[in-house]
Amino acid sequence: MAESQAANGRMAAQAREYVRVDRVTKRFGDFVAVDDVSLSIGQGEIFCLLGGSGCGKTTLLRMLAGFETPTAGSIFIDGQDMTGIPPYERPANMMFQSYALFPHMTVAKNVAFGLEQERLARAEITQRVGEILELVRMDAYAQRKPHQLSGGQRQRVALARALVKRPKLLLLDEPLGALDKKLREKTQFELLGIQERLGVTFVVVTHDQEEAMTLATRIGVMDRGEIVQVGTPTEIYEYPTSKFVADFIGSVNMFEGRLVEDEPDHVRIDSRDLGGTVYVDHGISAAPEATVWTAIRPEKINIGRERPDGPDNVVRGVVREIAYMGDISVFLVAIDSGRMVRVSRPNIVRQAEDRISWDETVYLSWHASSPIVLTQ
Amino acid sequence: MKRRELFRPLVLVAGFAFLYVPILSMMIFSFNNSRLVTVWDAANSPTLKWYAALFRNEQILDAAWLSIRIGAMTATGAVILGTLAGLVLARFGRFRGRTLLSGMTTAPLVMPEVITGLSLLLLFVTMEQLLGWPAGRGVLTITIAHVTFTMAYVTVIVQARLAGFDDSLEEAAMDLGARPAKVFFRITLPLILPAIVSGWLLAFTLSWDDVVISQFVAGPGSSTLPMVIFSKVRLGVSPDVNALATILVVLVAAAVTVGALLMRRQEHRREREIQLAVAENK
Amino acid sequence: MSGSRTRQSAVSSRTRLTSGRMGPLWEWLFRIAPASWSEYVLQHWSGRAFVVAVPWLWLALFFLVPFLIVFKISFAEVRIAMPPYTPLIEWVSGQALAVKLNLANYTYLFTDDLYVSSYLYSIKVAAVSALWCLAIGYPMAWAMARSTPTWRSVLLLLVMLPSFTSFLLRVYAWVGLLKNNGPINSVLLALGVIDEPIALVQTDFAVYIAIVYSYLPFMVLPLYNNLEKHDPALLEAAADLGARPATAFLRITLPLSRDGIVAGLLLVFIPAVGEFVIPSLLGRTDQLMIGRVLSDEFFANRDWPVASAVAIVMLLLLVIPIMVFQRFQTRDLERGR
Repeated sequence: MAESQAANGRMAAQAREYVRVDRVTKRFGDFVAVDDVSLSIGQGEIFCLLGGSGCGKTTLLRMLAGFETPTAGSIFIDGQDMTGIPPYERPANMMFQSYALFPHMTVAKNVAFGLEQERLARAEITQRVGEILELVRMDAYAQRKPHQLSGGQRQRVALARALVKRPKLLLLDEPLGALDKKLREKTQFELLGIQERLGVTFVVVTHDQEEAMTLATRIGVMDRGEIVQVGTPTEIYEYPTSKFVADFIGSVNMFEGRLVEDEPDHVRIDSRDLGGTVYVDHGISAAPEATVWTAIRPEKINIGRERPDGPDNVVRGVVREIAYMGDISVFLVAIDSGRMVRVSRPNIVRQAEDRISWDETVYLSWHASSPIVLTQ
Repeated sequence: MKRRELFRPLVLVAGFAFLYVPILSMMIFSFNNSRLVTVWDAANSPTLKWYAALFRNEQILDAAWLSIRIGAMTATGAVILGTLAGLVLARFGRFRGRTLLSGMTTAPLVMPEVITGLSLLLLFVTMEQLLGWPAGRGVLTITIAHVTFTMAYVTVIVQARLAGFDDSLEEAAMDLGARPAKVFFRITLPLILPAIVSGWLLAFTLSWDDVVISQFVAGPGSSTLPMVIFSKVRLGVSPDVNALATILVVLVAAAVTVGALLMRRQEHRREREIQLAVAENK
Repeated sequence: MSGSRTRQSAVSSRTRLTSGRMGPLWEWLFRIAPASWSEYVLQHWSGRAFVVAVPWLWLALFFLVPFLIVFKISFAEVRIAMPPYTPLIEWVSGQALAVKLNLANYTYLFTDDLYVSSYLYSIKVAAVSALWCLAIGYPMAWAMARSTPTWRSVLLLLVMLPSFTSFLLRVYAWVGLLKNNGPINSVLLALGVIDEPIALVQTDFAVYIAIVYSYLPFMVLPLYNNLEKHDPALLEAAADLGARPATAFLRITLPLSRDGIVAGLLLVFIPAVGEFVIPSLLGRTDQLMIGRVLSDEFFANRDWPVASAVAIVMLLLLVIPIMVFQRFQTRDLERGR
């Protein structure tokens, strides 16, 4: 996470706009794959399009690459309208989900392919292929064919092949999807290192929120063809603007309620779901008496045997399940209203004495800044 | 369980016996001395006299040479047209006239030969009347007819091969700056080359074998080998045809076996390399 | 907006063409062609359209148009001339166009018993042969699909090998085998099963056996392709759920291989209806198949209109099987994606 925090800092808010998606819609017959999407991506950013399968993220990426033509709207790359420009004339390169390495060519030939299309001199091609293979640490495998490589090696060749043309924009379709978990984590950081070194703008499509959180300077969450929220990973996680985003990213406890006190510096919500009231230490914009949803992340809930002071932000329940996951433990607590609440606690000490166990009655509480109040 | 294990080999032996006994008997009788093809003359056999007779038979040799030329031209034309059609059907998505094209490439696979032959002949006659081309019938009309019915097979083979490949390979090439024509020659063509080779061989075989369509569209002096054989065997069995069949079977069997062995060796090497790559990364 | 865009693309494709390797050639073509033509071609023709057009036009000219011509001639009258039929459309005294549709050829087909019985006989022969092919081919394909991978490729090759030799010669092999003094009769005589040679050539039996023999690979290959793809876990699951092997075959394997069965049956049936070589060499002389009738009308009687009508009726009989076959074929080819 530290790396991505650094990336956040590095990403200047006023970065020059490099990619602009202007009210783009893509229909396949009656099906609307991408619905009136507008986006602005800055130079040097790592922008992640995050969403479930069929949300339109891959279609959007393919329109950036030029494999699909928007039904309406335009795409600008570096200020130039891309309408009618075929993939082979765009300043962008793509890394495919399947890697799409040419099976009949060696690693070196695969990587050289793009440079050969630019009609560069032999010597220059050889030199640049050597450099990029060294960068991805595949120089020892230059004469192998794709079928002689492991999954991780193929991924690096695909990356090298897309980067060797020195594109200003690199499109990555589920770049780590085919790798196992260990390798994926390692490769994420490698990818970040390479991006930082070359200063390329990345647009990454992924369905894996962890991948998006680690890589992205900004994330665009997509649902049913629309961009529902754009923000930094922290914004998306801590300040989701809709129930969909709150629910899609991480896990969350959601309670329906009614706005009973609406002041500029605080609000109070009465929730039958929760069987109590929620006090939030900031104002929101909603009609009085409106129905709202309160979302609280599992790690922001305290669990204890004693009831904390105060009338708000506390609820009683019984522990039903405990899942020990190594780094954290997850408690499922049945609160008095009948709802199940998910609470996670880090396992700070190895062998805690007096650990909360099954069927114990506990009190759940949270800080007034923790709840997210959502109106949609 | 036991019974099924017996059933399977039994089925295979019986089935393949049915397929091969007639061919083998034909081969054996090609060495028979008797003029009565089907009566074994034990005293004077085996003999090679029918082979000698075959190689003295100018008519058969000329017809064979003609069939080889027509077959090669047909196969080349069918491969070009069939590859284009297969590419279009497998990769071009929807376009106007797609259904018709797909229909026109599958119907010839089952169309009775007499219908194809008759309709092509009537086309050639009409064209000659209206345009003066093709003037008369012969090698050209036979080749056109053969290309038309064999390209359907090439299309199917190429289309099936392309369906087995991810289109992202071609997209990747295009993304790296290759224009469509270059993508075809550098990526698609090498990948479907095995399909094209088998398509060429199949088209050649079909052309080499065809008698019905050729009979309709052939003109005087353009008798292909199957036409000559057909008129010969219609009059009765003739032992030099046995000899011809034997030569053909041996040639084809040898070619197919060598081809299969080569492919198998390549397959094995590839598998070993994959295993090596996996082992290395453990 | 779109007008200027296509104009722009025309300009860009022009510069691209003239700067390429074939530049001088294009330059020359643009110089000699009228400007409006080049403009049109550059705007509306793409490499893509060209690639579609080549096979499309070939098949339209040599596969589709011929049927229209056959259809047209089937309405003409026979005459002694070259071509031996009357034109359909004529200038009557240089003034008006007269269309002469002559249905006599079709009514003739249904009044003369020869044609109706030939059609029925051909359909019967083709259907019976297709079923025999299935009866022999299914067990073979099944047995092949359950062999070890090495054996599988060898057996597959052995199935295809005969078809690579020569159809005509394989039919001819049966002429030799079935003759009165041929090996089959000799063996039966020697064994004492029969006292004198039985007539095998020029019988229904000979036609069936030759059709089954020559078309068997067309049945085995689609069936094998289908059966080979079945996941063995399906049968294991069926066994696990208590099905005996026979039940598992009937309830799992057989329904799953339906597409292969239909494809195989049609691949045998449709061409067999019009079979010409086999009945000519081995068939009965008192009952012709329709392919032979067509060929006789055309070559022996030189009655092109009646031959055309015979072909059109045959096509109409086969149009539904052909369309079913196409559906299965397209589905099979597009499923791989």
